[in-house]
Amino acid sequence: MTHLLVAPIIVPALAAALLLVLHRARIAVKRAIGMGATVAVAVAALAILAETRSGAPLVYRLGNWPSPFGIVLVADHLSAFMLLLTASLALAALLYAVQGWDARGKLFHPLFLFQVMGLNGAFLTGDLFNLFVFFEILLIASYGLAMEGLEVERLRATLHYAAINIAASSVFLIAVSLMYGVMGTLNMAHLAERVGEVRIEDVGLVRAAGLLLLGVFAVKAAVFPLYFWLPATYSHAPAPVAALFAVMTKVGVYAMIRVTTLIFTGGESAVMELTSPWLMPVSLITLALGTVGALGAQRLATITAYLTIASVGTILTGVAVGGGKGLAAALYYMAHSTIAIAILFLVTDLLGRNRGAMGDQLHPGPPLRQAVPLGLTFLFGGATVAGIPPSSGFLGKLMILQSTMNGLSIVLIWTVILVTSVLTLVTCSRAGSIVLWNNIEPDQLAHDRPPRAGEWVALAALAGCSIGLVIFAAPIAHYTGEIEAQLNSPGSYIHAVLESGQDDFIRPHAMGGVR
Amino acid sequence: MELVMAVGIGIMTACAVYLLLRGRTFSLVLGLSMLSTAGNLFIFSMGRLRPGVSPIVAAGAEGYADPVPQALVLTAIVIGFGMTGFIMALAVRIRRQTGSDHVDGLESMPEHRSEQGS
Repeated sequence: MTHLLVAPIIVPALAAALLLVLHRARIAVKRAIGMGATVAVAVAALAILAETRSGAPLVYRLGNWPSPFGIVLVADHLSAFMLLLTASLALAALLYAVQGWDARGKLFHPLFLFQVMGLNGAFLTGDLFNLFVFFEILLIASYGLAMEGLEVERLRATLHYAAINIAASSVFLIAVSLMYGVMGTLNMAHLAERVGEVRIEDVGLVRAAGLLLLGVFAVKAAVFPLYFWLPATYSHAPAPVAALFAVMTKVGVYAMIRVTTLIFTGGESAVMELTSPWLMPVSLITLALGTVGALGAQRLATITAYLTIASVGTILTGVAVGGGKGLAAALYYMAHSTIAIAILFLVTDLLGRNRGAMGDQLHPGPPLRQAVPLGLTFLFGGATVAGIPPSSGFLGKLMILQSTMNGLSIVLIWTVILVTSVLTLVTCSRAGSIVLWNNIEPDQLAHDRPPRAGEWVALAALAGCSIGLVIFAAPIAHYTGEIEAQLNSPGSYIHAVLESGQDDFIRPHAMGGVR
Repeated sequence: MELVMAVGIGIMTACAVYLLLRGRTFSLVLGLSMLSTAGNLFIFSMGRLRPGVSPIVAAGAEGYADPVPQALVLTAIVIGFGMTGFIMALAVRIRRQTGSDHVDGLESMPEHRSEQGS
């Protein structure tokens, strides 16, 4: 049995623990440990991706307990894809952070690694309760990261963020235990197997649990009407942290996709029939309101935060379309938007801190010292998010639009996506021209903290990923197609989990079952 | 017993939601902690309420309690406790920095702290 699957969780956990012990060490040592662990996670993510290429999901039984009794980690195509996306983003964000951001908070590096650990765990775990545990790990690390520096604005945003997430976690627990109470298991594959056997009088309970779960995931994904915590939190978070947060809303989307394709696929308990009429309108409203929010925002960071909400709306539109192509398009768009939003957060930070007291507010400020490279990077980020050809955003939106070809709601979806794209373009060009061109005090150059070489490297790496998504669009789209095909036939996932380690153990059928 | 448990959890959740919607950080912390306690009781009751039996397999035992919800609730209590501790520390910190215990930190205190507010 390969131990590869546990590496993306255990490596950052051990490195973070080591960093806590060494919290008095020199910053260079901390940077080396943090960077080393993140690189190791990225290598492990690549190896997992290569291992899962054959098609069968990998299963790792912690403590070697036979499933469904033990806790399992499962890596299928979707998990591997999300792991690689997270690792790439974490590497770029950390590279940016080690240029000086990380020296402000003593605990930046351990918190960062715990966040990466929580993200990886959420993507790998094979049971619902551990999904909750990993959510909590990534959340508590994110609270610490979001309030770094302890400015009042950050504390206040973190309070709101923490309050809604702690409340959501309680609801999550209630939903998870309700599922256990009815079906007697928490292993997702086992749940998928048992959901068809639920007695008719218990179907309502399962539906309630399923909808509570989807509601909780909607809070994490910042879906209308549960997104109000996001703009303040993301726009006040330190830039490298906000860049890493770009993948955090996607954890909610991932969990929604996982639960709806594996457990609530229809059939007797048919939770999808309850959600599917809602998912499309809610996604389109999220997309529209996110874009309108960005249009009205007064700071670059707030604009980017609202664009994060809009991107979740676009992804979920693809998920709601489904039908063999929509999910694949949504996953491509997920990779694109995560990277593009991270670029925008980082370049916002570079722009903001070179404008003196004006920061990233949309007011005319002093001329920038490196206006041309900064402007080009902002142009790149804005054009990619808006979806100007030939950017990855264009391809992603095109795929989502193409996947709706046969749908009935085609007019509505096309209108909303195309109009919001134009509005995003207006938002970015307006913000860019105010910040970069509309200058006052022309004789005095602002030079608070000019960008460092390493920060450019981090941005260039992200931009490279974004361009890579365009150049290798065909193989990546083919891969996301494979992900969707695998998700739509959950049999292999269920089989891989439930049949692992059965050689020396006969699986009793009624463990903790209906009594 | 089931009825008492169910009504108790229901009342507790209702109180928690009321407290969560208040504008002061103290009520908020209290509400969150009540909500997580109600959630914990709910998890515990999902293993079915069976008094007088242990979750450990032993010779001659008449029945067993389900050990899984007990393990789950233990984890949930630990996590909930950590989260409550964190948000309490955060609330105290905000109160100290802004001079207000309003969740938005904007409303100033009525008496002599008013100049520190907002």
